[in-house]
Amino acid sequence: MNRFKRIEELVFKWICGIASYSLIGILGFIIIIIFVKGFNALSLEMIIEAPKGGYYYGGEGGVLNAIIGSLYIALGSSLLAIIIGVPAALYINVHLVRYKKIQNIIRYLLDALWGIPSIVYGAFGFSLMLYLGMNASLLAGIITVALLTTPIVIRTFDDVLDTIPKGLQEASFALGSTRSETAFKIIFKQGFSGFITAALLAFGRGIGDAASVLFTAGYTDLIPKNLDEPAATLPLAIFFQLGSPNPLVRERAFAAAAILTIIIMIISILARILSNKYSKLNLNN
Amino acid sequence: MTLDIIKNIENSEILLTNCIFEEVEKNETILKIENLNVYAKKEHILKNINLEIPKNKITVLLGPSGCGKTTLLKSLNRLTDLYKELKVSGHIFIENDDILASKQNTSVLRQKMGLLSQRPYPLPYSIYKNVAYGIKLKGIKNKKLIEFNVEKKLREVGLWEEVKDRLHSSPESLSIGQQQRLCLARGLAVKPRIILADEPTSALDPVSSKIIENLFKELKKHYTIILVTHVLRQAQRLADHVVFMNYGEVIEQGSSKEIFSNPQTSQLKEYLIEGN
Repeated sequence: MNRFKRIEELVFKWICGIASYSLIGILGFIIIIIFVKGFNALSLEMIIEAPKGGYYYGGEGGVLNAIIGSLYIALGSSLLAIIIGVPAALYINVHLVRYKKIQNIIRYLLDALWGIPSIVYGAFGFSLMLYLGMNASLLAGIITVALLTTPIVIRTFDDVLDTIPKGLQEASFALGSTRSETAFKIIFKQGFSGFITAALLAFGRGIGDAASVLFTAGYTDLIPKNLDEPAATLPLAIFFQLGSPNPLVRERAFAAAAILTIIIMIISILARILSNKYSKLNLNN
Repeated sequence: MTLDIIKNIENSEILLTNCIFEEVEKNETILKIENLNVYAKKEHILKNINLEIPKNKITVLLGPSGCGKTTLLKSLNRLTDLYKELKVSGHIFIENDDILASKQNTSVLRQKMGLLSQRPYPLPYSIYKNVAYGIKLKGIKNKKLIEFNVEKKLREVGLWEEVKDRLHSSPESLSIGQQQRLCLARGLAVKPRIILADEPTSALDPVSSKIIENLFKELKKHYTIILVTHVLRQAQRLADHVVFMNYGEVIEQGSSKEIFSNPQTSQLKEYLIEGN
């Protein structure tokens, strides 16, 4: 290797290294800021109590209403997104296997949907809600967030299904399986790791999105007991508290952010573990 | 008790089928292909194929890569349906039943043929369930009967002794050769009449290939085998009937003896010289 090549190697190694590590650095920085700023307000009370009177002016209570609301919305919307997304992804890969052009168009449209900012979904959900004569409620929030996460579920799952060799489908058909049997018994099973990733990605997105629930889920200090009651969410809890002039309340906003971050981290780690576990089972396919 | 009864039934079934086989020993046709044409967009892949496949024999489709052997094989169980660009016309009769007729129930039709592809594609289930899958598709729900059949099919491909202690582990733990035999057992589980084998040994080592070849010699007593290969020596070892194809046409066909010792066309002569 001549001198120039050696320098070239070194320079690129450093550029790539700095790019990677600075990302990790930024993540670390965010986490540190959140935890340091919210540390004083982080307490058991935060997690197990709903806001009491005057909470937003420094009164007692916690953000249990927002934690529960966020979990409800994330769970409900993920469930809805899976119910719609899984058959859609299977349809694209099994029934449309002959129609490459249609497959590509659908994938392109889904990618476009994925890229639409969540405030647009929020606005759409809001008009849909008014059109149907609904109030801002848990149900409206779930539906709006599901609209946002369904394309994510479909495309994530679809990406994994797309890597399954056509030979497996042919083998299944050759045994006399119908298309539905091939889709649900063979292809779904083979792409299970992708399904896990898709579901947890949807959950993570659903729990952390603020703009789509801003008008649709509403906000309340109560823990929702029904689908037609409004629900608080963690991102909005952070938003409202951060705007307060009271430093104690702002501190609580950071504590709420820490709680949200912890939940999302648990979800990501879970996604990793589960998807690793299932992709190991399907090695070499 | 029930198992004994099942075994008795199975045995008498085998005896019965053996009797039938002896009766029809003489060159009966199981599959008749008439004027089969396949187009891919503007390309004419298969040109006016007319063939008769003899029952309980190994018919080898021989020819250079890209001559349409695999497409012909896929037309036989209508896997061509999966490719939009392929236009298939003509008739393929299996026992007077036209495979290409559009109103055919493809599931039932495909179960008349077992497919063995170039490399094994085990289903994402355990070894046991891979074989049981086909049996269940046949509508058999009795657990004992399924168990019995799984063992029978695994024995048929000589895999039982090797896997009986790890039936419930993933097929990934098997060698490629064993996986290929597992796929064969899975195919046999739906009780096909014909085995379609598309270069089944191309991904295998010589020992595993030998095992598959010997299996075919054994299986032809009960099944008709259509084997696609471009390995000339394999064709010579296995074939009863040879169909030589080139550029989507059947150039020459006949018994193994006729084709290999007395080729008529210059194309076949050339192929045989180059292949050896």
